[in-house]
Amino acid sequence: MSAGLTLEHFFWLVGLFVAAVAVRLALNPGHPRRWGSAAFWLLLAVAVGAGKHLPAEFVGWMVLAMGLLVATKQVATPHFPDGGEARQARAGQLGNRLLWPILLVPAVAIAGSLVIGSQLALGIGCLGGLAAALWVTKDAPAAPVAEGGRLLEMLGWTLILPQSLAGLGGIFAKAGVGEEVARIVAAALPVTHPLVAVLAYCGGMVIFTVMMGNAFAAFPIMTLGVGLPFIVQANGGDAAIMGTLGMLSGYCGTLVTPMAANFNLVPVRLLELQDDWAVIKAQAPFAAAIWIFNVAVMYLCVYRF
Amino acid sequence: MIKLVGILLVALGFGFRVNALVVVLGAGLATGLAAGFSLREVVAMMGRLFVENRGLVLPIVLMLPVVGLLEKHGLQERIATLMRQTAAATAGRILWLYQALRGGLSVLGISLGNHAGMVRPLIAPMAEGAAARRGELTPATRERVRAHGAAAENVGNFFSDDILVAVGALLLVKGFFDAAGVVVTLEKIKLWSVPTALWVLAIGWWRYRALDRWLAKRKDGAK
Repeated sequence: MSAGLTLEHFFWLVGLFVAAVAVRLALNPGHPRRWGSAAFWLLLAVAVGAGKHLPAEFVGWMVLAMGLLVATKQVATPHFPDGGEARQARAGQLGNRLLWPILLVPAVAIAGSLVIGSQLALGIGCLGGLAAALWVTKDAPAAPVAEGGRLLEMLGWTLILPQSLAGLGGIFAKAGVGEEVARIVAAALPVTHPLVAVLAYCGGMVIFTVMMGNAFAAFPIMTLGVGLPFIVQANGGDAAIMGTLGMLSGYCGTLVTPMAANFNLVPVRLLELQDDWAVIKAQAPFAAAIWIFNVAVMYLCVYRF
Repeated sequence: MIKLVGILLVALGFGFRVNALVVVLGAGLATGLAAGFSLREVVAMMGRLFVENRGLVLPIVLMLPVVGLLEKHGLQERIATLMRQTAAATAGRILWLYQALRGGLSVLGISLGNHAGMVRPLIAPMAEGAAARRGELTPATRERVRAHGAAAENVGNFFSDDILVAVGALLLVKGFFDAAGVVVTLEKIKLWSVPTALWVLAIGWWRYRALDRWLAKRKDGAK
């Protein structure tokens, strides 16, 4: 049954939803940046919904056009009325029934991921959750577009930042930026000393992850440039222990970098925080404590086991 | 060295608080050009990578209509009421439990949710509701509780996914060493992931207890 359903269908659906939001926006004369915002969301709708069928260069220019709209401040979020009292009254009427749809989504996603792909299962879970939410609230079918559109506009350009960063990582990889950095680290430090080698490797994982926003991108470069030659070959360290704790050190970098936008910046918008660095500030003590632990365990164990 | 121009641009851009999207697109263009690709090649590369990574927006955007609709009908208010009635619930305990649950499921290779699916609709309102039992939260306090909610999701998500089921990170480490001709077993990678996962739980306990203490102290001073 699921054979006919692919992620591509969900990309179409997302494209349709974003396009519907763009049209609603264009029809709203009270919007602060009506045409620029509508154009931004329409471009995104096409790039996500139909991106696979368009020439890559064409999509590239569309992405740059979105960037230009953002740079010239043509994309804005209107002020949405609060409606707090109406919500309080509805909460009283509906009670715990409001919770079921939101719990249905992960339930379906988890159960489904045992059968089909996890992203596909999550997509089905979201549709099931939406149906349940409409049933519970008895609201009009247009309401999810209006309310989802409100959250979409609140996210704004932050939504496509993770994708753009993944693209930047890809370009860095193609251009050979990583090898260059690993060479500089190895040349600048006395990495033949066992402790210095561990510090340089784990520290390099953090710095590199902070710059690229992704520990997976940092791992092969640092391991090839510093880990294997200086911890394993020069000092006889264990590759499995080194690699495992090295990757976990990289995650500490992910916790503190704005380049990991989907983890650290998207939630700032989703949770309507004022300070762009609020999530990073909450995570910094975690990152420091976990990194020090990783370095200690690696230094104490990598040369022994 | 010229290839590093992109990193320099990103550092300067974030330092001077230029719009992050603009910085990232500019750095991509500059790096591609500096590495000797033509403008059209770089733009095509950006387009291809944008389409390849569309999966990143899927879990967020698909969740928005569900969350938006339920919030219009009072989801956050309902959760706040529930939390006010639960005496044992504190913001810190809720966040620690969520981090542990998120990590525990991720040991089994199950992804419970993300910022759009769990934190915004459920975890953040729960933590806020529990914290508000002692009186209304100021905007600054609310911001701090919510940021810790996002942190619980990230920390729970990151540090326990290579223990039992072979997923992304574990396969990447194994695949890398295989390609480099170094013998490494999956079992050993899994085993050496355990200490950090336990340590992260302990650090979470310490962080969220500190949050609870801060919240308690603040209230006393405010009244």
